[in-house]
Amino acid sequence: MQAKASFDPKALLRDTLLAGLLALVVFGPVVGVVLQGYDFTLRFDRVAWMVLAVMVGRFALSLYQQSPAGARRQQRGEGADSGIAVLPPGYRSHLRWIVPLVLLVGLALPFFANKYVLTVVILGLIYVLLGLGLNIVVGLAGLLDLGYVAFYAIGAYGLALGYAYLDLGFWTVLPLAALAAAVAGALLGFPVLRMHGDYLAIVTLGFGEIIRLILNNWLEVTGGPNGMSVPAPTFFGLEFARRAKDGGTPYHEFFGVPYDANMKFIFIYLVLLAVVTLVLYVKHRLTRMPVGRAWEALREDEIACRAMGLNHVLVKLSAFMLGASTAGLAGVFFATYQGFVNPSSFTFFESALILAIVVLGGMGSTLGVVLAAFVLTVAPELLRTFADYRVLLFGILMVLMMIWRPRGLIRVHRVGISPRPGRLHEEAVR
Amino acid sequence: MDGIFFQQIINGLTLGSVYGLIAIGYTMVYGIIGMINFAHGDVYMVSAYLAAIGIAVLSFFGLHSFPLLILGTLAFSIVITGVYGWTIERIAYKPLRNSTRLAPLISAIGMSLILQNYVQLSQGARQQGIPTLLEGALRLHIGDDYVQLTYTKLFIIVVSLLGMLALTFIIHRTKLGRMCRATQQDRKMAEILGINTDRVIAYVFVIGASMAALAGMLITLNYGTFDFYAGFVIGIKAFTAAVLGGIGSLPGAMLGGIILGIAEAQFSGMVNTDYKDVFAFGLLVTILIFRPQGLLGRPQVAKV
Repeated sequence: MQAKASFDPKALLRDTLLAGLLALVVFGPVVGVVLQGYDFTLRFDRVAWMVLAVMVGRFALSLYQQSPAGARRQQRGEGADSGIAVLPPGYRSHLRWIVPLVLLVGLALPFFANKYVLTVVILGLIYVLLGLGLNIVVGLAGLLDLGYVAFYAIGAYGLALGYAYLDLGFWTVLPLAALAAAVAGALLGFPVLRMHGDYLAIVTLGFGEIIRLILNNWLEVTGGPNGMSVPAPTFFGLEFARRAKDGGTPYHEFFGVPYDANMKFIFIYLVLLAVVTLVLYVKHRLTRMPVGRAWEALREDEIACRAMGLNHVLVKLSAFMLGASTAGLAGVFFATYQGFVNPSSFTFFESALILAIVVLGGMGSTLGVVLAAFVLTVAPELLRTFADYRVLLFGILMVLMMIWRPRGLIRVHRVGISPRPGRLHEEAVR
Repeated sequence: MDGIFFQQIINGLTLGSVYGLIAIGYTMVYGIIGMINFAHGDVYMVSAYLAAIGIAVLSFFGLHSFPLLILGTLAFSIVITGVYGWTIERIAYKPLRNSTRLAPLISAIGMSLILQNYVQLSQGARQQGIPTLLEGALRLHIGDDYVQLTYTKLFIIVVSLLGMLALTFIIHRTKLGRMCRATQQDRKMAEILGINTDRVIAYVFVIGASMAALAGMLITLNYGTFDFYAGFVIGIKAFTAAVLGGIGSLPGAMLGGIILGIAEAQFSGMVNTDYKDVFAFGLLVTILIFRPQGLLGRPQVAKV
């Protein structure tokens, strides 16, 4: 069928006016009438601006749709492609130069960055970790986990509670938290993963809220909304405080160097960088192993996979547990970086933010998730004036991405394989 | 049996009938396109604001008689919320009809964030409220104790029942209802038989939003206060009600709502109010694990 592109001013006008009318009905009461107690004030100027914006937007969109390029795009259908670009066999990515370079820059960063930059980068790296974990669950295995923040909270509170009640330090809790989060993921996931996929989203959402409400209400143990304090990490028993607390030695006395308050953050940063690199490497290898292939296959067609004999519960469970343990790791880093945890860090919005990172970065794309995590955590720091609009922008971003590029901004690339020439082939050549 | 038990049954019945009304939106949308409409709770929240705005504006123009005020506000809020339902479907879900399975879910979460933040930005983050419109109560004596049934609660129960009856009539007796049922049974076949399924889906969203508008009005009458975040928890609870009754089934949504409402009220009356949300979410997880088809639903069979 030929792409039909004809300029139709009448339809253009009709669409624009209809959109304006709709905007007036939708925005009119809520934007135009501001409640104040039992009274109200009128704000017609805001309604007028919004209606105007909608009309201009609709006009531009209709104009684009009537142009040849827009008509072609509409005919192609959105998001119909499989989303994976296959590269020729033997292709070697430029990333093999870029990755060591980035790693070197990362290692050098503490030497010239000030404390502010360092803390922002630490936060960015924590979200990279969270994004990578959720990317396994949502991007690779196709399981929508809306309570991901629960595992993050388990990691963070694991450190706080372990320190307060069992006298455990950062290094003991780090592996334990990953383990605890994975066990929690298994306990939650095992019964739920057998069922229809969409139910998982709502069960995990409920689970996330349950964890947050318990942390918030169990005053005797968790301190409720006031939160708990968290110890700083130690370096082979050396502490990063000016004066040692529990009979340890501060690092500057041991090495005989002047005290630097940044040292705690530099240390957290370096450990975090190492962990992120490790997780990146593990994830990179996993996607090329049978289990990684099984995740993606299950995402695409569950019935076909089960018909081929894959144990779908175990495959999904492995993704779910791996994702959860990564969040547990991130939680430990978050707690020690803040020096303090409280339940308000683990609301549903946090889950939505991590989901936005995965969605923007591209389902299953590692590089995309790393970039998106930095963009979505660093950008709000730079654009403080737009802080009120942050959530709105995330929402719009999620809807637009789903309509425009449901597979994310960065496409997943995969190097193709060429079959090794066998004897038959050689004989045929001869 | 003491008075508290019966009092909490009445409270639960009130709350539960409202859960049921919201659950209808989840259950109808799930029945017809198999998707959880995460933004539905926030549509309810918008409708609560619309109800308060309607009441404020109408009383400003000197309308103070309760029936006229309620009828006027209800008409205003149902129509505008219905338009919200239609617009949300048109923008966030319709373009994704043939996309991946996850896409509409994520888009719905985005829509939910948009609605929350949009209301917060335009109306402010503080709690809003409406004055008490209907005062007085019935007192029923049980032994030495008594139970109090305020007129507002009686009004809520009666109006929710009327709303349910009206919806049942629409679904079972009108042409639109027949089209809805046909589309729910088999969308492709319905399309072959000449039903414009896209339009039917849009209608379903409008119906769901209108029911949420009814609920928003009623809850606001009872509690008086709400904020931009009110839709989140009530949305999950209404979804729990839909799942409890069997998702896709209309009587199930109402039954699930009432059972959940009463169970939650009894829990907060006898055990602990702080953990009543934990109880409701825990109930959701338990039902999904042990009886995912709910009370009145049929087990789903995946077909190739």
